[in-house]
Parts: sequence; structure tokens; C-alpha cells
Amino acid sequence: MERVSLTGNDAVGTAMAQINPDVVAAFPITPQTELMHKFAEFYADGKVNTELILVESEHSAMSAVVGSAAAGARSMTATSANGFALMWEIVYIAASLRLPIVMPVVNRALSGPINIHCDHSDTMGGRDSGWVQLFSENTQEVYDNVIMAVKIAEHKDILLPVMATFDGFIISHTQEVVELLSDEEVQKFIGKKEMYYPLLDVKNPVTYGPLDLQDYYFEHKRQQVEAMLKVPAVVDEVAKDYAKLTGRKYDFIEIYGPEDAEISLVALGSTAGTAKDVVDKLNDEGKKVNLVKIRMFRPWPHETIVNALKGKKAIGIMDRSDSFGALGGPVFMEIRSSLMGEIKEDITANYIYGLGGRDISAPEIESVYNDLFEIAETGKVKNRKTYLGVRE
Amino acid sequence: MSDPTGWKNIPIGGLIVESGNSHDYKTGSWRTYRPVLDEEKCINCHQCWIYCPDSSIMIVDEKMTGFDYDHCKGCGICAEVCPPKVAAIKMVLENE
Repeated sequence: MERVSLTGNDAVGTAMAQINPDVVAAFPITPQTELMHKFAEFYADGKVNTELILVESEHSAMSAVVGSAAAGARSMTATSANGFALMWEIVYIAASLRLPIVMPVVNRALSGPINIHCDHSDTMGGRDSGWVQLFSENTQEVYDNVIMAVKIAEHKDILLPVMATFDGFIISHTQEVVELLSDEEVQKFIGKKEMYYPLLDVKNPVTYGPLDLQDYYFEHKRQQVEAMLKVPAVVDEVAKDYAKLTGRKYDFIEIYGPEDAEISLVALGSTAGTAKDVVDKLNDEGKKVNLVKIRMFRPWPHETIVNALKGKKAIGIMDRSDSFGALGGPVFMEIRSSLMGEIKEDITANYIYGLGGRDISAPEIESVYNDLFEIAETGKVKNRKTYLGVRE
Repeated sequence: MSDPTGWKNIPIGGLIVESGNSHDYKTGSWRTYRPVLDEEKCINCHQCWIYCPDSSIMIVDEKMTGFDYDHCKGCGICAEVCPPKVAAIKMVLENE
């Protein structure tokens, strides 16, 4: 195992080269651009056998990999924010055609006003698209998630596209030490792609994408639901195999700090890393708190979340995107929905933070824990939704 | 026994995993006008057979015998291409 210093983008570009997909469609968008630069370097150096398609838009990128995946090719692309938004129509089609495409998404704010920095408004908007969504805290985790995503997507019980997300600039452009597998180890781990009615099997012609209408559409949606229900078992199985190889075991969520702490903060992405420092500091001061980091957002790990959060006296939920006009951000609404009937009192508070790359600092996260101490003491939530770090 | 067309029993992704199955899809119900053949007038020139977009002209031993009403959509092309001097095909309303 090689230990190197890489940016998030370079690590994912390296993972893609080690996966050596049959087809990659590439279109640049900040902050994803360097990811494909890195992959294109491997391509130019003849280190991958990939058919690299340089398309004219993200709509075309997703369309190209839908076509190649239906043909039976292991297919990948990557994007950010507005690029993801431009793919939108085909993102749903990829999932409904049950094509195991893997797509790293470098989280970035959706315009406008125009902004190239990190928040989760891009992929949170895609949470109902039928893709599996894995969020990553740091460079190592996204490297690992991208490799595992191939096995999850292509599993015969699943056959769904998977997006592995990581925070734009904060992770994508920051150097971190990463442990890389060898190319052979990655190839052995992901194995040969199993085929499901590939279009290139001309002796057995099949039709992709016929009219479904009132007759069958509902049944096909029900099948997508069923596949999603089977994802957690497969994610776990793949994570266990990966742990045997690397020693790094990933669960649907990660609880950092004492599990029996009565104060919990929920976060995903790079903020979880910052929050871990705060958890350490507070516990050192004798204040028992923990952090619940969500790695798998879709499918939503309901039971795992309930087990992690029931019995708490105060729960803070961090959202790096808002759902305008809704009760709270996407993570908040999921958590509250999961906790319905599991907790007696309303002890949840939502913190919308970091929109458009606004920095989130350790003292700010500590201020959230301070709010949670008050909720635990009084049993009352003063502000259900707080905009953390916005100028009044 | 679950429904053979239920979600547990059909291919995923909306795939149709056999070829040549358009024959099973009866498009005849789309018709407003129905072609009717006057066999005495027909000269078996086969213009209708050449132009029919739905392969619904039935020919037996090179003789025009009528229409496949299960699949004929009633477009009227057969009546249009039938030579004017012959005029062996008429379009009539389905309910007539």
C-alpha cells in the first residue's frame, strides 16, 4: 500500500484510472475539472484502456454513459453543481434504466448568484433521482467510496447508478495523505463486470427505453424501490470485503465520540472532520458529546439512524443546503422523519451553514453544541432553524 | 401466485428482452376509418401491399385477400394508392 499526498481530485482521478472503465465521458466544470485532467493524464500516458469521450455538455456526458452502460461497458463520468443540473433529465433515466454508472460529484453551490464553492445543494437536489448517494468526509474516504461504488452499482441485486460526493475545494483541491491500493488490487477487488442484457450482444437483441405509460411505469418504479431496499446489505458486504483489503471499514454512518453521549450533532461531508476536533475538545473538557456522520444518504439508513439517535436529549442537524420554504434542510427533514415516534420531545434543531463555500469554523460548531446543551437542559428548542454564519 | 405482469415478474429497467414482438401489440383499435376491399374491382397490382406502413395487407398466392384488422391503424394510404380507375379500396367509418 502506497502512502502519497494528493488532492481530492487527483485521488479520485487515480481511483478512476485504477478502475480502468471501458468508457468515460468528460466535460469540465469547476471544481471537478482537475479530476478529469488527472484521469486524462493517465489516458494520454496509455495507462488506461478507456474510451474517453470528450462531450459538448454534461447532458451529453450523462447521455453518453447511459448509452455505453446499456451497451455493457463499465462507464463513468464526473461533475459538479450546474453540470449536474444540466444532466438532470438523463440522471433519472440512468437510474430507471438500471444502469450501474459510477459518478464522482464534487459538491458545489448551484448558481445563482454565481458561485463555484462548496455546498450540497447540487446533489441534495438529486436525492429523489434513484441514485445511491455516498458522501465523503475526506480524500481517503472518497478514494475508497469511488472504488466500492463500482461493486455496489454492478451487484446483480442492485444495478443502480452510484454517486460518490466530496466537498468542492475543501477536499477536491486540498492535499492530504492518502493510502492507495495497487492497480492490481483494485482490479481484483472490483472484478469483471457482470452483464445484464447488453445492447452489444447482437445475437440476443433487446429494447432499452420503450414506452411504459400507465401499463408498466408504476411496476418499474416499484422495482427501483426494491433495488434501493437491497442496497444497504450490499454496501455493507462490499465495505467488509474492502476492510479485509485495506483495514478501513465504512458503515452507513460513523459515530465519533462516546456512543452513549446525550448530545449529538449530525453532519456529512468535510464538516464532519471539523466537528470531530470539536467533539475531542468538548469531551476533553468533560462535556460528553458525539458526532453522527452520515456516509450513505441514499438509501436513507433509517434504522441505523434511529439506533444512533434515540434516547438523546438534544440533536443538532447540520445542512449545507436549504430547502426553500420547507421546515428545514434535507438532512433535518430525514432525521425528524426517522425519529417520529422514537423520541418523546422535540429536541431537534437545524443549522443551515456554509452555503456557497462560506467557511465553517470549529468555534461555530462549538456554538451549536452550546445550543444543544441548553436544549438538553431546558427541553425546549428556541430556534428550530438557524442560519449559521450569515450576516444579519 | 403473483401476477405475471406484476413488478416481481417483469424484466427490470423497462427492458423488452425479446425481439419481434410488435406483432403482439394490437394497434387496430386506433382506427377511426376502416379500409374495405371490393374484391371484384381489385386487379392485384399490390400497390397497397407495397405502401402499407403496418404490413396489414393480406396476400395469399399473390392475390389480395383483405386486411389484418388487428394491426391496421386506418391511415388510408392503401385507398390513396389504389389506382383511380380501379378504386377497389374504400375507407368507411368504424361505426358504420
